[in-house]
Amino acid sequence: MTDIPAPNRESETAAANIPRPMRVRESGKKSFRQRLIPWLFLLVPLVLLITFTYVPVANMFWYSLTSWNGLSKTKKVVGLANYTEFFTRPDLYRVFFVSLYYLAASVLQIALALYFATLLSFNTKFKNLFKGIIFFPYLINGVAISFVFLFFFQPGGTLDTVLGFFGMAKGSAPLWLGNPDIVNFSLAGTSVWRYMGLNFVLFLGAIQSIPGGIYEAAELDGASRWQQFRYLIAPSIKPIISLSFILAVSGSLAVFEIPFIMLDGANGSTTFVIQTVKLAFENNKVGLASAMAVILLLIVLLVTWVQRKLVPEEEVDLS
Amino acid sequence: MFRVRRGRVVALTAAVALIGMTAACGSGDSGDSGSGAGGTSNEKPSGDILVLTNRTDIVNTTFKDYAAKFHAKYPDVNVKFQALTDYEGEVKTRMSTKQYGDVLLIPAGVAKADYADFFEPLGKPADLSKKYRFVDSSTVDGTTYGLATFGNASGIVYNKKVFKEAGITGLPKTPDELITDLQAIKAKTQATPYYTNYKDGWPLSWPYGDMGAVSGDKDALVKMSTNKAPWAAGQELNALNSLLFDMVQKGLSEKDPTTTNWENSKNLIATGKIGIMPLGSWAIPQMKDAATKAGTNPDDIGYMPMPFQADGSYQSPVGPDFNQAININSDHKAAARAWIDWMVNDSGYSDVVGGVPTLKDAKLPAQLKDFEASGVKFVEMTPSAKLDAVDKQSEIGLNQPDYYRDLVDAARGASGQTKQQIFDALNKKWSDAIASVG
Repeated sequence: MTDIPAPNRESETAAANIPRPMRVRESGKKSFRQRLIPWLFLLVPLVLLITFTYVPVANMFWYSLTSWNGLSKTKKVVGLANYTEFFTRPDLYRVFFVSLYYLAASVLQIALALYFATLLSFNTKFKNLFKGIIFFPYLINGVAISFVFLFFFQPGGTLDTVLGFFGMAKGSAPLWLGNPDIVNFSLAGTSVWRYMGLNFVLFLGAIQSIPGGIYEAAELDGASRWQQFRYLIAPSIKPIISLSFILAVSGSLAVFEIPFIMLDGANGSTTFVIQTVKLAFENNKVGLASAMAVILLLIVLLVTWVQRKLVPEEEVDLS
Repeated sequence: MFRVRRGRVVALTAAVALIGMTAACGSGDSGDSGSGAGGTSNEKPSGDILVLTNRTDIVNTTFKDYAAKFHAKYPDVNVKFQALTDYEGEVKTRMSTKQYGDVLLIPAGVAKADYADFFEPLGKPADLSKKYRFVDSSTVDGTTYGLATFGNASGIVYNKKVFKEAGITGLPKTPDELITDLQAIKAKTQATPYYTNYKDGWPLSWPYGDMGAVSGDKDALVKMSTNKAPWAAGQELNALNSLLFDMVQKGLSEKDPTTTNWENSKNLIATGKIGIMPLGSWAIPQMKDAATKAGTNPDDIGYMPMPFQADGSYQSPVGPDFNQAININSDHKAAARAWIDWMVNDSGYSDVVGGVPTLKDAKLPAQLKDFEASGVKFVEMTPSAKLDAVDKQSEIGLNQPDYYRDLVDAARGASGQTKQQIFDALNKKWSDAIASVG
C-alpha cells in the first residue's frame, strides 16, 4: 500500500469522511416516528427472511435431534444420537474426498477468472464479446448445462469428436463419465466452465473500480503489465479474491446440482449433499440427514472463521 | 328430452347402486366392504373431488373420459385431476399439510405405520380380498387403506425381430440360456443385447422386483425379511443379482452405462437397437407406443418371463402398481370412495395400461396374452412391512438404484470390487439392520 501516491490517498479519505458528521447529527434528533420508519421498510424483507430462512433452519436443528422419517406425525427425540452416528460411520464422511476435486478445480477457476478479468480490463480487441462469452455459461440454467454436458461426454459425443479432429484415434478416448478415475475431473471441469463467469465478473468489476490515473502513473514509471498486476491490481482486489476463496471452499463442500443431475451420484461422484438428500428422501432418515446438514453448516462457518483469522479483512484505501 | 335422459341416468344409478349393494351383501358380512368409506357408508356420493395422479401423459385424454363417464353415473360428483411429474416427491411433501387431494396414490415412501394417520380405512382385508387382488399390500393391523389401480407382472421386454435375426427360436429357460441368447445377439446383430438404463437408475432395480421369479414362492419377501444373508450363494436374490452382474461382465450391456437415457431407450428397443430390458408389464404399452411413433411394428415388442423355472414352469411375481387411497381430511369421502370403486370395477383402466386387473373376476388384457401363452404362472407376492423397515434401516435401498449401480460398476471392471465383496457387504448391512429393527 505504501507505493500509492500520497495526494490520491488524502483526497479519498476526505471524500469518505464528509457524510459521517452529518449522519451523527441526524440520529441525535430522531423522533419515535423517524426511528420507526426504517423498520417499517424492513418489515417485509425481515418477515420473508425469518419465514424462509431462520424458521426452516431452526426446524432443521430440531429434526436433527429426532429420528423422524419425514412424514410421521410423531417425532421421537433421540438427543445427539444422529451426530454420534455420523462421526462413527466412515462411509458417511468419506464423501468429503470428492469435494477435494471441486476445491482444486475452484482454485483453477479463480486463477483463470483472474487472468481473463485482468486481460479484458486492458484494451483488447472484441473486449465486450469476450466478456459476454465468458459470463454467458453462468446465466444458463444448471439443469440445461448438465444435460448439455451429458451429451458432450457421451462415448462418440462432442468431446470425442473434437478430439478426433486433432488426430485422436476413434475409440481410444476414455469414458469421461464411465471411468471412476476420470468422472470427478469431468464433473469438476463442467463446474469450472459454469461458475468461472461469476468470479470473472466479480474480479472485472473490482478491477474497473481502480482509478485509471494510477495505471498512467505506473506506465510513466515504466511498470510492465505483470508489475501492474502484481503491485496494483492484485492488492486492490484482495477482498474480492478472499471472498472468492470462501465461496469456493463452501461451494466445493456443497456441490450438488451437476453430479446429481448428470449422474445421480453414481460411479463415485456422490458428494456430501447428494448423500444427505438420498438419506432423507430415499431412506426416510430425515433426522440423520438434518444432522448432516447442520454439520455441513458448522464446517462452512468454521472455514469462513479460519479464513478471516488467516487473512484479516483490511481496508483497501486504493479504490 | 333432457328430463327423460336424466330420469334414465337416475334409474341407471339406482340399478348400479343396487347391484353394488348386492355384491357387498354377497361378499361381506360386516356390511361396509363394497361401498362407502369407513363410517360414511350411508352417505350419498356428492361434491367435487380432486384426484392426484402420476399419469401426466393421459390425464387430459383417458382420464377426462373417465371423469365424464363417472359424472354420468354420479351426477352430483365432479372429478378433477392433478397430474404430477415427480409424483412421489411432491405428494410426500404435500402430505405434511391437509391438502393432498381427495383421492391419491399412496407414495411408496410412506411407512405403513403412518397409513392410519393419513388415509381413510376402506374396509377389512378379509372382505375386500374376496373381490380384489393385492389387498394385503395396503393393509395395516387388520385394516385396508388402499385398492390397487392395477397390478404389474414382471418379466423382460424384448424385441422379437432382434431375437429372430440372431437365430433364437425359443424362450430361455435358465440364466445361462439367456446369456447365450444375448451373446448371439451381440455377434449377429447391431443391437445392444441388454440396456441397463444405469443413469436413470430405477430400471435397474428389477432383481428386487423379480423376487419370486426364481422360487415361485409367494412368501419370498416375507422370508427375506428375516433372512440374515439373502445375498448368499443359493438364495433367490443372489441368483437375480448374479444375472445382472453376469450380463454386464460378459460385455452384453451398452458401452458407457453412465450416459444412458430412459426416454431414448424406448425408441432404441422399438427400432431394434436393444435386445432386452427387464421391466414390469406396465412398460409394454409404452414400448409399443414408441414403435408406432418410430414407424416400426408394435408387434415386434414382446414380453417374456424371467429365465427361471420352478416346478417346470415360468413364474412371474405380480404386485400392485400404486394403491389408491382417500385423504383422511377429505370432505367428500363418499364420492372419493365411489371413484376408487369405479376405477377398479368399471373403468377398464387395467386394459389401457396392460396391467393385471385388481378385480379378481376381470380378464387379463390382450397385451399379456403372449406372455400367458408361455405357460407362466402368476405369483401374487405377499408384501412384508418388516422388509421395508429393514431396507430403510440398512440404507441399502432395494428399490433404489444405488447398489445395483455398484454391481454394474464392479461387473464392468470400473470399481475394482468383486461381486462377492459387494454381496458380503450387503449381507452384513442387512443382518445388522435386522438386528436393530428386531
